[in-house]
Amino acid sequence: MSGLGDTLASHIKSRWFKLCWLGALIIFLFTLPLFSGDYILYMVMRIAILCLLSYSVNLLLGNTGLLSFGQAGFYACGAYACGKVLLAGASLLPGIIIGVAVAAIVALILGFFCVRHTAIYFAMITLAFGMMIFSLAQKWVAFTGGDDGLVGVPRASLNFFYLFNIKMETIPAYYYFAIVATLIAIYLLYRILRSPLGLIFQGIRDSETRVSFVGISVRKSRLICFTIAGVYAGLGGALLTPLEQTITPSTSHWITSTDPIIATLLGGMYNFGGPIVGSVIYFLVKDIVVRLTMNWMLVLGTIIIILVLAFRGGVMGAFHAYLSPRLK
Amino acid sequence: MSNFIFQALNGLSSAMFLWLVAAGLTVAFGVCGILNVAHGSLYMMGAYFAFTSFQVLGLNFWLSLVFALIGAGIIGFLMERFFLRRLYDQPIEFQLILTFAFILVFDNLTKMIWGTMLIIPTMPSLFQGTIPIVGRPFPIYNLFIIFAGIAVGLIIWAILHKTWWGMKLRAAASQREMANAIGINIPSLFTAAFVFAALLAAIGGALSTPIRVCDSGVGGAIIIQAFVVTVIGGLGSLKGAFIGALIIGVISSICTLYVPFIELFVLYLIMAVVLIIRPQGLFGGEI
Repeated sequence: MSGLGDTLASHIKSRWFKLCWLGALIIFLFTLPLFSGDYILYMVMRIAILCLLSYSVNLLLGNTGLLSFGQAGFYACGAYACGKVLLAGASLLPGIIIGVAVAAIVALILGFFCVRHTAIYFAMITLAFGMMIFSLAQKWVAFTGGDDGLVGVPRASLNFFYLFNIKMETIPAYYYFAIVATLIAIYLLYRILRSPLGLIFQGIRDSETRVSFVGISVRKSRLICFTIAGVYAGLGGALLTPLEQTITPSTSHWITSTDPIIATLLGGMYNFGGPIVGSVIYFLVKDIVVRLTMNWMLVLGTIIIILVLAFRGGVMGAFHAYLSPRLK
Repeated sequence: MSNFIFQALNGLSSAMFLWLVAAGLTVAFGVCGILNVAHGSLYMMGAYFAFTSFQVLGLNFWLSLVFALIGAGIIGFLMERFFLRRLYDQPIEFQLILTFAFILVFDNLTKMIWGTMLIIPTMPSLFQGTIPIVGRPFPIYNLFIIFAGIAVGLIIWAILHKTWWGMKLRAAASQREMANAIGINIPSLFTAAFVFAALLAAIGGALSTPIRVCDSGVGGAIIIQAFVVTVIGGLGSLKGAFIGALIIGVISSICTLYVPFIELFVLYLIMAVVLIIRPQGLFGGEI
């Protein structure tokens, strides 16, 4: 995956290097609440959620070669389902689990139709389904609250059969929950992509025909991939609702689907760490540019144009291209 | 019943804008293989150029149309020649992302140049007034739009089937390598086709100014509807774009009358069903 690993030496070196980075990142994330305010924690959580959504997009784009314009639909499914459950008075864990489950079921059902297509037709059908979910979120007022969305969703406490009961009202408490959930999810995805299933996904990206000649059902594998992508988008949405305590239809609009696409592209779609790097850079750049200038769309658009024309491997791709001759 | 007919006529006039945008989208796709997400932005630029020349510079209505066409044509030329051309040999996903970036750039540029206020242009005196249809006043301008849309359709048909350039275009659309082999200059033909597509969007935008608002978000809004239309008609098919625009324009205005809350849902449902049952669309594969 890394693109290097040409020799054993460089492999060990890069593995050690990666573990160092990972350790530093985890220590940083866990000590962050000790020395920073709620706003920084809020931003980190938003980045983590964008990360999950980017992984959802990249599982399809970078690993299976399908560009989806509808991931925001599953994101919203997770967010609304979690919101409804929490509004009904449940605790946090059932809210998140049901959010993820609803997103997974919707992704499985819609995926059945989507995976028959590739390239443009896949992009178009995911766009259509995503916008169907958007129009439901906007117009089914009795269930979704219409344009106002669901408001006043409680940040319910985390309890588990009277074993423990942790209050989640404060930002730092919820921060730990969201970060742990995100890290576990990303680790699981890492394992999935290194399993035989993950290799099938990459095989489909590189040559559909060869994969089918080995006797593997391309459609079924794509459907599994699509459903997992739905789970990750749903988890992002489910984590978003208790954080924001409100959820609006714009969550499911196709424009929301483009944020993780850009983040993935920015970070590098052929690298496992790409979506993380991309989400951090995208979020910070957007945050800074919006503060500095009203013309943030112009800046962002220009950055994307440069990326697509000159750096299709993203930041991580460029980094590895710079690094690999030196490691040999 | 008179409600129904009246609303269907209204739908027909809004279908014409969709048709003009979808026609350009489908030409760019059919000939160059570009699915231009920023095509709606060309429509928007056409609208703003027409507004500026008609309202601000005080030009005649017809002259303002020409002005809008020239402006959008130049933008289309620059887009194809310097940006999209570099992506022909790349997976189509990159084109989608690149052209999406153009939406951001164009939206922002229009905000910088024309401001964020909604602009509601005035009706040219030529088209003021209404005529009675099924006992109700129907705006003359909407009637003009219906005829203009059909006229542009006939012009496109004549260009594609009766001119040398149109034949080259169709040759390149159906057999790119063969067309190249018999000496058609494919790169310059692609640029011309993309500019042609930009002109179609711009004329739609320019014609929309008297009855619709100019707003920097209009490009992103109309492109989604145009996608619905082209998918239904078949990507790359002009006949399909026309029929698709009529279907969507009329259905959406009938829905607005009777069941306004599911209008959007119905449109995307139709799009999804067509993609599932007949992904090549009603008239897929022919330009």
